Amino acid sequence: METLEGILSEHPFFSGLEERYLKLAVGCASNVRFDAGEFIFREGEEANHFYLIREGKVALEIFAPSRGSLTIQTLEDGEILGWSWLIPPYQWRFDARAVETTRAIALDGRCLRAKCEEDHDLGYELLKRFASILGHRLDATRFQLLDIYGVAI
Amino acid sequence: MQLDFSFWIFMALPFDLNIARSEPMLPRPFSVKQVVRDTHDTFTLKLQPKGESVAPAFAPGQFNMLYVFGAGEVPISISGDPSKPKTLVHTTRAVGMVTKAMSSLRRGDVIGVRGPFGSCWPLEESAGKDVVIVAGGIGLAPLRPAVYHLLSQREKYGKVALLYGTRSPNDILFKQELEQWRARFDFDVFVTVDRGIDGWRGSVGVVTTLIPRAPFDPAGAVALLCGPEVMMRFTVMELQKRGIAADRIYLSLERNMKCAVGFCGRCQFGPSFICKDGPVFRYDAIRDLFGKREI
Amino acid sequence: MSAQLTQSSGHAIIERRGFQQLLDALRSQGYRVVGPTIRDGAIVYDELHAESDLPIGWTDQQEAGFYRLKKRDDRALFGYAVGPHSWKKFLLPPELRLWQARRGENGVEFVETRTEPVRLAFLGVRSCELHAIAIQDRVLMQGKYVDPSYAMRREGAFIVAINCAQAGSTCFCVSMNTGPKADRGFDLALTEVLDADRHYFVVEAGTESGQKVLQTVTHRVAAEDELACAEAIAAETAKHMGRQLDTAGIKDLFYRNYENRRWDDVAKRCLTCANCTMVCPTCFCTTVEDTTDLSGENAERWRKWDSCFTLDFSYIHGGSVRSSAKSRYRQWITHKLATWLDQFGTSGCVGCGRCITWCPVGIDITEEARAIRDSERS
Repeated sequence: METLEGILSEHPFFSGLEERYLKLAVGCASNVRFDAGEFIFREGEEANHFYLIREGKVALEIFAPSRGSLTIQTLEDGEILGWSWLIPPYQWRFDARAVETTRAIALDGRCLRAKCEEDHDLGYELLKRFASILGHRLDATRFQLLDIYGVAI
Repeated sequence: MQLDFSFWIFMALPFDLNIARSEPMLPRPFSVKQVVRDTHDTFTLKLQPKGESVAPAFAPGQFNMLYVFGAGEVPISISGDPSKPKTLVHTTRAVGMVTKAMSSLRRGDVIGVRGPFGSCWPLEESAGKDVVIVAGGIGLAPLRPAVYHLLSQREKYGKVALLYGTRSPNDILFKQELEQWRARFDFDVFVTVDRGIDGWRGSVGVVTTLIPRAPFDPAGAVALLCGPEVMMRFTVMELQKRGIAADRIYLSLERNMKCAVGFCGRCQFGPSFICKDGPVFRYDAIRDLFGKREI
Repeated sequence: MSAQLTQSSGHAIIERRGFQQLLDALRSQGYRVVGPTIRDGAIVYDELHAESDLPIGWTDQQEAGFYRLKKRDDRALFGYAVGPHSWKKFLLPPELRLWQARRGENGVEFVETRTEPVRLAFLGVRSCELHAIAIQDRVLMQGKYVDPSYAMRREGAFIVAINCAQAGSTCFCVSMNTGPKADRGFDLALTEVLDADRHYFVVEAGTESGQKVLQTVTHRVAAEDELACAEAIAAETAKHMGRQLDTAGIKDLFYRNYENRRWDDVAKRCLTCANCTMVCPTCFCTTVEDTTDLSGENAERWRKWDSCFTLDFSYIHGGSVRSSAKSRYRQWITHKLATWLDQFGTSGCVGCGRCITWCPVGIDITEEARAIRDSERS
């Protein structure tokens, strides 16, 4: 059986992180499992976690009256779910729902936030990693906005 | 069945020993054998030559000029199986005057065909390597012949993956075939849509989001791209980020074209003619101009 | 067309009074003779029935955006530079039906349009124009595909070149290495000599058929001093080019300057009227028009001259690739002076100066190229 430490240390998100910080992250981590259809978090709730998806598929959704739930993006194996825990007001913007059975590692954001305040080196390491994820998501979102398959150029 | 690939390569060479003096602008009559409605705006024509003649062999990536009586002529890539040359297969979207007229053709109608023209996907050169195919929207059509070839000679290649992105679940082309391909253990097929709809249980997100998790070894893999230019620009960036070198990325370009034989001058892309130097280009050959405005 | 002159000197003299014989000889060999003549206030190329159809005693004044005819004070037959026409109108007709199709009981039948072989004699082809013809030969006859109509016209053509005795003020053939003396690609080449008391032509035959025609015209072997005179005329013309274009490293110069402020500057002046492409002797771009008759049973395809200055030229579903004037001017000049070299192993510009003269706002290709070059110095 793989240990949490083993899994985290091999994940690209944590690569290059100092041993002591990795240990700290392991201390904040736990294995979680969501059934297909189960909500992982809901829009407006306090954001106190982020997740490394080990296996499965999670949809980020928003519900609009008369249009039902709209999927903005799906996240799958190896991807990171959730960054609202890191930036005030620490509130989820979307619903996250497991599309299929999903296994993940949840990291306690509240615990990490406090540690980041105490140790800015850790804060910087985590922010660097999330900034990269946010940049990626922003790129993808802009690309998505172009609706390039509509009128092809 | 073993394909005679050397013949295709010969067809794609930029010169011919027997220079034809017949009018290269003269179409040959083909009859429509079948019209398949792939999606709400995309259709596939299956054509057979009229009379005794046989359809000319083609290499994956090449295109034909299709003429609708009185309406005009447009370049359309070949989307069929190169090992089944008896039937010529073309898939296109009804977006312009000619393609709209084409979409109303029925079985038995006659259509004019010239071709095949242009360069092809580097399938021979890719033997022994991983091949990752990235298609956007209708861009899956010119890549389908490459998929057919790769699957028919599966043992000759390393890992083979298809990453396909399109607008919405209703725009997914060749749905049944994608399902069949996905069911194979030796072919990784990923499909994603920009906009999910209720009931869609697949991936949502742009096609580039598939690249980081696609299974291929970037050190030796060859990438084949076709889709809108913006999509290909983002895709090239993402592939390079993953470690595929510029000289192992191939993409298919599109420009206005009237003759397909290098006379009308319209399809110029800097020093290249899309009709005879392309449509398939190696990325490093066009990198300097790709993404520049209004080339 | 490679046979050499059998005569020792290779040069002959035709006296001015015997010039009509040359036209007659060409006509008797079945050629329709076309050459310079005056129409609508310009020297154009059209059918010549007699030497009197030539612009005898006329010359032209040319500047950027300016063209006027003017009387000469002599009776020279070829005392002018090139006008708005070029020989491409005969070899690559502005409008040509390529084929017809008929819808009948057995579906659709396509029938190639085979025109009768046209045998044209071009009288008065300038050196820059010989080079322009050679350039179009590369595009339309020497690739994988051959334009059969062009090839038929080209192979049937008899070319009488004329060595320029004066340079136009928009000429720059010396810069492009295309003149002013005809060095290849002709059946006969003439130099018109007007002395105080003599008027004659020094004639060089470039091919066997040229030699054959010469034999039917009254001529004699050229003397040393007459040859020297002809050489001096060409040398003098070369010294008086109205324009210059520095071609050193020009391909890379343009490849480096796809982004340059000068394109915005020229776009403010350019009307995208396409005049430059219409008068250019090497521009080959075309469009096709597919038409049907009222019954809907008969269709035709026509090929027509087109220009990279139109929006339609680069239209793909959704819009035009080159929607701005600056991108279209950049495409034109970059093609002429740079990408053409990669495409066909030759420049697309022969320095004839037509695009300068016939630009309604006087945009000057030599000036624009200089501005791009100078922009790298600052």
